Amino acid sequence: MKTRVTESLGITYPIIQGGMAWVAEHNLAAAVSEAGGLGIIGAGGAPAEFVREQIQQVKKVTDKPFGVNIMLMNPEADAIAQVVIDEGVKVVTTGAGNPSKYMEQWKAADVKVIPVVASVAMAKLMQRGGADAVVAEGMESGGHIGSITTMALVPQVTDAIDIPVIAAGGIADGRGFAAAFMLGAEAVQIGTRFVAATESIVHENYKAMLIKAKDIDSAVTGMTTGHPVRSIRNKMTKEYLKLEKEGADFMELEKLTLGSLRKAVVEGDVVNGTIMAGQIAGLIKKEQPCREIIAEIVDEGLALLNRTYEK
Amino acid sequence: MLERVKEIIEEQLNIEGVEITEETRFKEDLDADSLDLFELVDAFQEEYGVEIPPEDLEQITTVGSIIKYLEDKGVQA
Repeated sequence: MKTRVTESLGITYPIIQGGMAWVAEHNLAAAVSEAGGLGIIGAGGAPAEFVREQIQQVKKVTDKPFGVNIMLMNPEADAIAQVVIDEGVKVVTTGAGNPSKYMEQWKAADVKVIPVVASVAMAKLMQRGGADAVVAEGMESGGHIGSITTMALVPQVTDAIDIPVIAAGGIADGRGFAAAFMLGAEAVQIGTRFVAATESIVHENYKAMLIKAKDIDSAVTGMTTGHPVRSIRNKMTKEYLKLEKEGADFMELEKLTLGSLRKAVVEGDVVNGTIMAGQIAGLIKKEQPCREIIAEIVDEGLALLNRTYEK
Repeated sequence: MLERVKEIIEEQLNIEGVEITEETRFKEDLDADSLDLFELVDAFQEEYGVEIPPEDLEQITTVGSIIKYLEDKGVQA
């Protein structure tokens, strides 16, 4: 399936895996790339040397393209920006800010740069700064979110810029895939469904929570701090939201979430940990290999896109 | 230029009746987050026909700094 995104990134299907901290490690990234999508290593808050090891692990398993997501607030972002160049990574997606200070070095190394954007003005700015595409991520997504929904954000962003738009947030099957294309996207980024993939290393408790999640099971914490995060509701989110309501200060709230994603992903503590997931988690019913997930989404999506109606 | 710049800021951030001087800081004084700043930069570009590349955003922290930036780019007061 050809779009400007598959052509530019050298992938078979226009499906990009989300750069989820702790979750998007080498096993998942390699599996998605091997299945014809674009696997992504999520650097999150990890040190640069850890990211280098992850990249090298992926290269051992696949010679297909893959990317690295750099969370720009990571204190080692400068070093990671250089690691991707040294290791010959072809695609970088960026979150939590403005990647312009790395643009020149990445362009010189022929790295494709795809910032995640949450508004039209940000998308325009990134296009001007030389981005190759943008991920327009709606607030249905898991993890750190903006305030606009995918349905509203994607068509407004596609109207505002000429570079390709990758839709993210609330997409987990062929229907979401087809809808994203109808809104003007030329690829999708999928997170939550890949968290539940067979190759995903998240703790089995985490996967079980995703699989049993219903539509209304997602909660947004941190609205008052300016850094909202979507996750599956549990004891942690309940306490957090209660404290937020009472007007707790930032440091007190931070105590609840410090290391809490790791707790859920690695230790399987789904009571006190943060189970980041999108609103679409309710749609996910089972654990499946990445290859099966991608094939299902593309088959169903294309069938829908090729369907015609008469007036 | 301060008057027009003030109007643009008020319009973009939907604020009124807030005192805006050259010393006013976008983040600290006007509660503008990063998305608001992208919005402002976009509006200034359109108003003054000046290209503001994303790498210059770090220089733009106060109302005075955007005015100086625009003047340095040749915008007439």
